[in-house]
Formats: sequence, C-alpha cells, structure tokens
Amino acid sequence: MLAQFLQFLFSGVTVGATYALAALGFTLIYNASNVINFAQGEFIMLGGMLAVFFVQSGLPLPAALVLAILVPAVVGVLIEKLAIEPVKGAETVTLIIITIGASLVIRGLTAVIFGKGTHSLPAFSGDEPIQILGATLMPQSLWVLGVTPIVVVVLWYFFNRTLSGKAMLATSYNRVAAELVGINTNGVLFMSFAMSAALGALGGILVTPITLTSYDAGIMMGLKGFVAAVLGGLGNGLGAVVGGLLVGILESMGAGYLSSAYKDAIPFVLILFILFFMPRGLFGARVTDRV
Amino acid sequence: MPLLDVTNLSIHFGGVKAVQDVSFSIDAGIVYAVIGPNGAGKTTLFNLITGVYKPTHGEIRLDGESIGGKSPDELARRGVARTFQNLQICMNMSAIENVMVGAHLRLDRNLVKAALRLPSITRRDAELRGEALELMRFVGLEKYAGARADSMPYGALKRLEIARALAMKPRVIFLDEPAAGLNPKETIEVDELVRKVADSGITVVLVEHDMKMVMNLSDRILVLDYGKKLAEGTGEEVRRNPDVIAAYLGAHA
Amino acid sequence: MQKRAYFGLYIVIAILALLPLVLPNSFYMDLAIRMAINAVIVLGLNLLIGFAGQISLGHAGFLGIGAYASAVLPTHFGWHPLLAMGAGAAATGLLAALVARPIFKLKGNYLAMATLGLGIILNIALRNEATWTGGPDGMPVPAFGLFGFELSSDKHWYWVVAILLSVSVWASLNLIDSPFGRALRALHGSEVASRVVGVDVVRYKVAIFVLSAVFASLMGSITAHYVGFVTPNLADFFHSIELVTMVVIGGMASVYGSLVGAVLLTALPQALATFEGWETVVFGAILMICMIFLPKGLVPTLAAKFGKGE
Repeated sequence: MLAQFLQFLFSGVTVGATYALAALGFTLIYNASNVINFAQGEFIMLGGMLAVFFVQSGLPLPAALVLAILVPAVVGVLIEKLAIEPVKGAETVTLIIITIGASLVIRGLTAVIFGKGTHSLPAFSGDEPIQILGATLMPQSLWVLGVTPIVVVVLWYFFNRTLSGKAMLATSYNRVAAELVGINTNGVLFMSFAMSAALGALGGILVTPITLTSYDAGIMMGLKGFVAAVLGGLGNGLGAVVGGLLVGILESMGAGYLSSAYKDAIPFVLILFILFFMPRGLFGARVTDRV
Repeated sequence: MPLLDVTNLSIHFGGVKAVQDVSFSIDAGIVYAVIGPNGAGKTTLFNLITGVYKPTHGEIRLDGESIGGKSPDELARRGVARTFQNLQICMNMSAIENVMVGAHLRLDRNLVKAALRLPSITRRDAELRGEALELMRFVGLEKYAGARADSMPYGALKRLEIARALAMKPRVIFLDEPAAGLNPKETIEVDELVRKVADSGITVVLVEHDMKMVMNLSDRILVLDYGKKLAEGTGEEVRRNPDVIAAYLGAHA
Repeated sequence: MQKRAYFGLYIVIAILALLPLVLPNSFYMDLAIRMAINAVIVLGLNLLIGFAGQISLGHAGFLGIGAYASAVLPTHFGWHPLLAMGAGAAATGLLAALVARPIFKLKGNYLAMATLGLGIILNIALRNEATWTGGPDGMPVPAFGLFGFELSSDKHWYWVVAILLSVSVWASLNLIDSPFGRALRALHGSEVASRVVGVDVVRYKVAIFVLSAVFASLMGSITAHYVGFVTPNLADFFHSIELVTMVVIGGMASVYGSLVGAVLLTALPQALATFEGWETVVFGAILMICMIFLPKGLVPTLAAKFGKGE
C-alpha cells in the first residue's frame, strides 16, 4: 500500500520537476513579453536529444551537458530576435502561431538530422535502484530532485538580488515605465528567451535517462508545462513550480490508481476544472478592468 | 421621487477605499456634475452606478428600484447610458456601426433570422441606419457617416461615443470627461452638444475638469475628494463652500 | 460596402460551378473537395476568432466528435448516417454549450489553455476507446445514402460541399451585417462598451462558440463519409492549430480570407510533399514568415494595399 503510493509519488515528483522547469520557462517569457511560447516543449526535447548526440559523439558527460543547454539557449535567442521582436504588440493568436511555427521548424530539423527513432541517455550515476520503504527510486530521480530546487533558488536570487533580475521583473510589471527608467526591455526579452530555453533544455536532459526521448517528445512536455504555468497562475514563478509538481504528482497518481491509458489526459482535465472555478489559476492575481 | 438615489455607497479595492460612504440624489431632467481632483473617485462612482463594478456597501436606486450590483446590460435595459474617459470605441467597425450597436437592445437579435437575412431583419436594420445617421448629424459627425472608426480624429471619436449612448434612447446618460483632450473650440462644441442632449429630456450626469463648462451647464454639483463627498448643491453653493475652496478651488488661489 | 461584399459571393459561386470543368483529374477533384470542407469549418471558426475575438485551440476535437459519430453509430448500432450526423452535431453543441459558460469567463491565454485542454481530452478519448473507435488505427465509415441514392463518386461529393460552402459564405455575410453580428464585433472591439449598451457578452461568446463547434462537427461527419475512414489524427492538437492558422493566414474577420486560408493551407502539404522529410520544417517556416510579414493575414493586407476593404 504505502510502497505503491511512494512509488507513484517518486515518479510524479520527478516528472513534475521537469514540468516545473518548463513552466518556469513559460513564465519567464510570458512576463517579459506576454507571449505564450508554444516552442517551450521543443527546448525540452532539444536538450535531451543534443545530450544524447554529444555523449555518443564521444564528449565527456559534463561538456556534453553544458553544450546541450547552450545550443537550445542560442536557438531560443534566435527565435526571439528573428520572430518575436519584429512583431511586438501583435495579437495573441498571431504570436501563438509564430511560436508554433518555430516549434515545427525545430521539431522538423531534429527529425531530419537525428532521425525519428527513440534515443536513450545513460543515467548520470548508474542504474542501481535505491530502496525506500519498499518503493524504488532511480538515482537519476535524485539528480532531477536535487538540481531543480537549486535552479529555483538561483532564479529567486537572480530576480530579487541582482540588478538584471530586478530589471526583468520591473519590465514584467510595466514595460513602458521600465523603458522610461532606462531599462533595455529588448535586452530583457533576449535574456528571457535564453533563460527559458536553457531551463527547458536542462529539464529535458535530466529526465531523458528516465523517460527516453525522440524528436516529437516535446509536444506533450510543453503542453503540460503550459498547464503547470496556468495552474499556478500565469506569470507567477512560485506558482509555476507548485503547478509543475502538482501536475506531475496527480498525473502519476491518476495513472497508477485510475487509468494509465488516460494518463496524458489528466493534466488537461485538472486544468479545466481549476479554470472553471479559479479563472486565474491557484495563485494568479485578481485584476480589475480599468475603464 | 428622484430619478437616481445613492445612499452610503462604498467600494474597496483591497485596502484602497476608492469611494467611501457617498450619498446623493439626482432629479429627472437636470444636468448633474461630479467634480473633484484626480483620484477623487469620480470615474469609480460612474463604474459603480453603471454596473461595471459591484459596490462593497451601500444602495443605488433608479426610480426607487434597487440596482446596486446589477450587470451593465441589465442597467442598459433600464435606460442607463454612458461614455468613457478613455475612449471605448470599437475600432474594428465603421463609425455608423458603432452608433448602431447602441441600439442593440431595441433590435431583433436572433441568430437564425440574421443568418437567413429575413426581410424583417433587413428592414429594421435599414431604418436603424437612418436613425444612426440622424444621430451622427445631431452630434455633428455627418461628414464621417461612411468612415471607419479607426480613421477618425480623437475629438470626433469622443462625440461618436455620445451618439452611441444616445442610440440607446436612454433616460439618463453618464458622460465621463466629454471635453478631456479637446481644444477650446471643440470644448465649446461639446458644451453645446451636452446642452442639446439635456434639452431633449435626457438626464445628464457629467464628470468634467473644465470648470467653465461645469458651471455653465450644471443644475447641481457633487464634489468628491479622496473618495468622500465633500459638498453638494448648486454651482453657487458649491463655489462658496469653504471646504471646497480649501480642498479644490483653493489649489488655484 | 455591403453590395461589394455580396459581389464576392457571386464570384465564389461562379468559381465553384466552373471548377469541375477545368480540373484535370481526380487528384485535383479530391483536393478541391477537401479545400471546400476546410473552408466551411474555417468560416465558422473565423466568426469566433476573427469577428468575436475569442480563441479556440481545440476545434479539431469537435470535428472528431462529428466524424466518429458518423463512423461509430451506423457501424455499431445501425443508425442511419443522417441521424448519426445529427446526433454528432447535437452532442457537439451540447458539450460546447456546457463547457462554454465557464470557459468564456476566461480571457486570452487562459481561454487558449481551456480550449486546448478540451481538444486534447477529446482526442485522447478517441485514441483509447479502441473497442468503439478502432483506437489509433481508426475505423472505416459506411457510405452515405439518402432515399436509396448513395453518395459515392467524387462528383457527388463535390456538388454537396460546393453547395454547403456557398450557403455558408452567404450565411456568414448575413450574420456579420446583422444586429447579432454587430454585437459580436463590438465585444471584440471593446468589451466594456458593448456591455454598457446592453450586450450580454458571455451569451454571445457562448452562442458563436457553439455555432462554430456544430459547423466543425457537421463537416467532420462529411469528411468521414467522404474519405470512408477516420483516424484520431483528424481530432488532434496539430489539426486544431492548422484550422486556426487557416483563419489567421487568410485574414481574421474576413469572410473571403477564410476561403483563401483554407485553400492555401489545404494545398500546402501537397506542394510540400516534394521536400521529402523537410515538410514540417518548411511548413513551420511558412507559418512564421506569413505571421511576421502579414500579421493581419493575406486578404485584409491586400485589400488595404489596393484601397478596397471588404
């Protein structure tokens, strides 16, 4: 009983941490530009695929991982420079289609270069399962669960204690005011795409030894990251983390206790119910229309 | 019985008490002005009475019937019209269509009949187009009859909002700073327009910063300051009120 | 302005009437039929997205309900195809109405999330209920017959969808220029202004959402009968996006833009087939380029350029 529950919890928290990183990526870009980046999932996929590729091509693991984070960050910046900056202030639908176009380009290129097969990445510290109260925990899960909180703390420090972080935060509150006090809001946009691509890629790399990856693995990951971001209240960093973990845990519990066939539907059922009753997610700010 | 009766009206946004315990009443057929410094709660008061916000406390009665917290479309049915301080024109439509939208409640809004273009619908729409044209002439916009809203200058859009509100055939119209941002000539034109509206039998409630216009037009004036009622009375009474002089006019002295 | 808008309808009818004479072979006939089917769906979706300003990223789910109603009910329960089509449309309308009230209290990206979620749930259900739907492999759909006459050849289908499309264009033009249509456009232009003139905005959003969903469901049924086979891909997220893209590339709030968008994006995958493996990349790049350089869509941009307007 308990062992089974723990087992579901472990896998839920592990995948939830990845969703949390994806949701943080959504949040960063949303705050800087009001854009929902539907290419976020592709960064997760790209991180995993590139890590596999670099490791296979003989690079030492740490170098491979760093490169697998840097390349997606560059891709993110390219998207921002080429496709988002030129259409600033466009309608929501237009922006959604642009980011979906970007995700198709990334996914298509990945398929052309690496093929459509499924790839695996060796776990960072072996495959010897750890027994905890009858449940097993893979060492790779510890990597996920260890790195995610570190990332969250670093981000918190960045936004609350550094000037660039505060500039990004200021831009999200009021872009015009930020520009008036001399913040380079284009720079903020640039940073937010680089950071959220890197966050997505990191999540993808960490989780690939557990879940495997392929060129189309990013779609569901991205959409569930979006669910997590909305669940926590779009634009709320802490909400994104809580949302990610919640989505991961509920998905894992639902798959375990209710129906594994409907595992992928669980986050979406959850978000529909939440939005029906809390139109701005769990921690979203209430806004009053000013007229 | 007054047309509009407001008692102890308050609204709080978090800790901010934007309107506090305000009471007043407006008789039918008059021009009633609400004045006060920026942030005094004038627009918030309009939003409360026209149903855009729901009051935290207090009572609003129209013809003796409680309307506090009712939705804007229910108030529209009861003959309450308004314009906005920050223009709310539908830029995706033509000028005349903006006016026609004002007549929304007086039309057959059936989806199926509309899709089939039944003669009953087209006939009524043609009539309405004539009515709307008449209203555009009334507010002095006849030359924009065929224009797209997004091609019109600011001053014309302000009057287009008044035409849209009039298309509702309202009993009372709330004008939120109709002269804001206009040049002196346009201001005089709007002043005359508001007079014409009042003369047509519609009760006018006005928020305005242009004191000349307010004193010239209003039968009674309500002065707000920091969300509270500071004074109420005729222009002469308000002008002499020491609190008003201290808090508001005093700033100019 | 109105005279000119209806003039376009005559052109559409003329093109539809003459097209079979010039189409060289059945490949192009098939393409024309699929273009027309998509055009009807996109017209409905444009009323929601372009005119009323509300987004839906889940419309393929409604298409799926219609398609599978036409596949499952006659196959497993022996229903008449027409009855099945009606049942699919009714079920779609009911579901859309049920979820629309809470959904349309949401705005912008939250609305995108809710509609996307709804579409994905529907798609997953179709994939999983293999006993009924054949699962990911799909299932065959019986032929569509009426009064002993069976719609079998492409020619028959062509005339059916051509008439449906003409009627849809006419009805859309009517609707836009009516009190109902003005209220829809007004709530897009300024929600608060339309509320204070008496528009019950949630009711209008719900009505147009249900209408466009029912359109999608009916065309889903027709697609199913025409192709003779359905798979869950018809109802997947990517197809929802394709439909929205047709709206936006053709031109939001443009009836004729809907037709142009549907025609171009239905033809595009055929044209891209020569790129062998690069289709997705090229498709994605075209989406981005169109949106960056023609954010208002083709028809409105061209209309503005040549000083016409619809």
